[in-house]
Amino acid sequence: MKHENWNGFKPGAWQDNIDVRDFIQTNYTPYIGDASFLEGATPRTEALMKKLRDLFALERQFGGVLDIDTATVSSLTSFTPGYLDKDNEIIVGLQTNRPLKRAVAPFGGIRMARQACEAYGYKLSDTIESEFQYRTTHNDGVFRAYTDEMRAARKCHVITGLPDAYGRGRIIGDYRRVALYGVDKLIDEKKKDKKSLEGEAFNTENIRLDEELFRQISFLGKLKEMAAMYGFDISEPAKNAREAVQWTYFAYLAAIKEQNGAAMSLGRVSTFFDIYFERDIKAGLLTEQGAQEILDDFVMKLRMARHLRTPEYNELFGGDPMWITEAVGGMGEDGRALVTKSSFRILNTLYTLGSSPEPNLTVLWSKELPEGFKLFCAKVSKDTDSIQYENDDLMRPNFGDDYAIACCVSAMRIGKQMQFFGARCNLAKLLLIAINGGYDTTSQMHIGPQMEPLSGDKLDFDTVMERYNVYIEWLSRLYVNTMNVIHYMHDKYCYEKIQMALHDTAVERLMAFGIAGLSVVADSLSAIKFANVRPVRNADGFITDFVTEGEFPKFGNDDDRVDLIAKDMTHRFITELRKTPTYRKAIHTLSVLTITSNVMYGKNTAATPDGRKAGEPFAPGANPMSGREENGALAALNSVAKLSYDDCRDGISNTFSITPEALGKDDSEREGNLVAILDGYFAKMAHHINVNVLNRETLIKAYENPEAYPNLTIRVSGYAVNFNKLSREQQREVISRTFHESV
Amino acid sequence: MSKTGYVNSIQSLGAVDGPGIRFVVFMQGCNLRCGCCHNPDTWALTGGTATTAEEIIAKAERYREYQGDTGGITLSGGEPLLQAEFAYEVFSLAKDRGINTCLDTSGSVMNDEVLKLLSVTDRVLLDIKYTDDRSYREYAGCELDTVLGFLALLNQRKIPTTLRQVIIPTLNDNEENILRLGDIAKRHPCVDKIELLPFKKMCKVKYDNLKLPFRFGHLPEPTAEKIAELENLLK
Repeated sequence: MKHENWNGFKPGAWQDNIDVRDFIQTNYTPYIGDASFLEGATPRTEALMKKLRDLFALERQFGGVLDIDTATVSSLTSFTPGYLDKDNEIIVGLQTNRPLKRAVAPFGGIRMARQACEAYGYKLSDTIESEFQYRTTHNDGVFRAYTDEMRAARKCHVITGLPDAYGRGRIIGDYRRVALYGVDKLIDEKKKDKKSLEGEAFNTENIRLDEELFRQISFLGKLKEMAAMYGFDISEPAKNAREAVQWTYFAYLAAIKEQNGAAMSLGRVSTFFDIYFERDIKAGLLTEQGAQEILDDFVMKLRMARHLRTPEYNELFGGDPMWITEAVGGMGEDGRALVTKSSFRILNTLYTLGSSPEPNLTVLWSKELPEGFKLFCAKVSKDTDSIQYENDDLMRPNFGDDYAIACCVSAMRIGKQMQFFGARCNLAKLLLIAINGGYDTTSQMHIGPQMEPLSGDKLDFDTVMERYNVYIEWLSRLYVNTMNVIHYMHDKYCYEKIQMALHDTAVERLMAFGIAGLSVVADSLSAIKFANVRPVRNADGFITDFVTEGEFPKFGNDDDRVDLIAKDMTHRFITELRKTPTYRKAIHTLSVLTITSNVMYGKNTAATPDGRKAGEPFAPGANPMSGREENGALAALNSVAKLSYDDCRDGISNTFSITPEALGKDDSEREGNLVAILDGYFAKMAHHINVNVLNRETLIKAYENPEAYPNLTIRVSGYAVNFNKLSREQQREVISRTFHESV
Repeated sequence: MSKTGYVNSIQSLGAVDGPGIRFVVFMQGCNLRCGCCHNPDTWALTGGTATTAEEIIAKAERYREYQGDTGGITLSGGEPLLQAEFAYEVFSLAKDRGINTCLDTSGSVMNDEVLKLLSVTDRVLLDIKYTDDRSYREYAGCELDTVLGFLALLNQRKIPTTLRQVIIPTLNDNEENILRLGDIAKRHPCVDKIELLPFKKMCKVKYDNLKLPFRFGHLPEPTAEKIAELENLLK
């Protein structure tokens, strides 16, 4: 197939099949230089950004939500067009008809939509309320099928954060397809796929697929309608850079109008865009300043994306995040770096527009990345604390060279794999439930296999492990089955029409399980093994506290005696999960990631044998517990690096904070040293790291005087937040984390 | 081989104690009692964790990936020259494995073992406390000439040297001192870098825990502007 809008591109297999990767590989221009070519913000950009900053300030004054349309159900065409500044915008499109106004998305669950409105002083309209009396939401479906045990596990918080009341998210449409091919071609391909089902056995799978394809095709049509409302015909391929960005953004916008998933990630667009920028620059149609301006405008739109959440949701995922994750850099399978000038430009938006948590800029790091790019990344980290790093050398062998990251650390091939998101279970609580023979002292609930609490004056490692294994086996099975219910119902009542339309029809599914409290469990088991742990019992004979005497190795000190306990736990858990079959034959994966829920998990967990008091926060993600690292930062990194990515294919999150003084004496030393740390950490086959270069004092000042720090951005756990948007409790926990200082 | 060394603590990420990223070993025991010292817990000549050079190197090797072409191992303290024989063993093993070696010292000890140690030392961070003998004696507890003698030896052996001085308000934050420091550097071509380190008081808690008086606890920390101004004098 040929198209005049493709003139100037090198031909290839991408012309005949939907194959964005082939287009990129055939056409991109690697860039190995430094950042000196970059341009700053234009007066136009600055004026728009000022307007936006004022709106952000107003939103803060309004308690975090500027406005809610309580009478319109969010969908692709349900709102008239909205603008930030119609005459001056380069990229257009908002979720509702006004900037930062939030819409209601009741298909995930009407209750959550209602409560979210009420939390901000609004009331969901009677029309929506009455209409949804006759509609089944995802949330309704799930609770029809949940067993008593599933409800109990949820209630006592041994499994929490499950996407059973809102959109599941974590699905990345290949939004680039709309720009490269235009919507008509995508519709044709889906029609062909639908046609090919003719003559197949019409069993459950194929009937479901047939209906899903119908819905995908219908929503591709709505996508065209939505763009037409803004005055664009996106039937055909984009013919220049501005259109390529606009078409791609429309596709993403359609996704966040349709779905309110926790993580609505963007994919890997910057190097794709670069091909269009290069073509226009070569043709004299675009300057460097113009290219930056288009990206700046695009990123401004991303920073305006909002979903309506309840306060309980914010406790789990603090800071109003969207996880508009954009993967930048990485290597191609042919050995060329996928770094282009636009990889620099997208990072440069943190300077042109100021630092910000969104989009969630994620650098795919490889030791082979060009030096100039590595140093620029380090500079951006040091200046803005807004980017995270993930190991491309570790992921590329599994996911090829056109994968992206959903949420924080979840890799998937773009348009070829999707994920069933599954939040996480609380491994530390499970240990306590096991020790107490199926009783949770915090919620005072009996759950799981019932037996006597462990007896004796001292906990014995082998006895505890034997007992723990029984409960891991029980919880794994329950967890997989609970997930099966959730995702069956989500497909049935809240299917992602537009996002799945931007996937291959034969998609591979991953089911992502998660664990919280890994370092608490590792240290607790280490204490039981190497020190003397005496259980303290209440009047009913349940163990509610521990007296731990003697030394024991702690996770975060590069000590194999305990680090291998942590590694073994993840292996044990994923092995157990794999024993229970998944909905739609999804592949079981596991993450060690908490977002900000480590605070809430800690609050709901009694005292643990490692010396952690009841209610104290866990460490985030795979981090060692704060203050237990005795040999400095790299020892802590080495401990985390020992966790195996083979066991944790959904990612291992680590957050690292260091003071500028400890990183080097001047900017150039600090940047060089940060590059060395990243190179070393990833050479150890570690998966992910958030980097903060800042002083604890800055956070304390921002805690005490928020108005003075409206834009303070920090990385917390797989994402970045505006510090002021965290709850006071979450802020205190972040302040108490280990900051690596110079001695 | 396998002399026993006494180690106070280990820092796996040293980014300000020699070139690049360094594995820093703080040795136990010091012969000086500097009023500005931020590691009073390393003073006592007894105590510390008994260890062998092989153990130190085995640990250091776990961080090779982070050290790139410039980083390596740094022996600090305390005063590493007090355990020169052990330090020699550590550095010899490091050199065998291609690990860059760096010695962070006050240069106040000289003997045959120290000479031997210098033969396997890639760089010295020489902490020159003051540039006048009176202050040296009063606030550090040794003579300026001893340290200058050590520096002369480094120069003779052409060992790349960083001169470091902790800038303490009222004691050495003056132009004359900095100019003298610059002059000392000039007279010793082995010195390729001078670092002025601001006096910091966050170590006060260590003194309190050890129930030791923090001799300079009453002095202020220098401002960043002051340090920049003094650094300018060296340009």
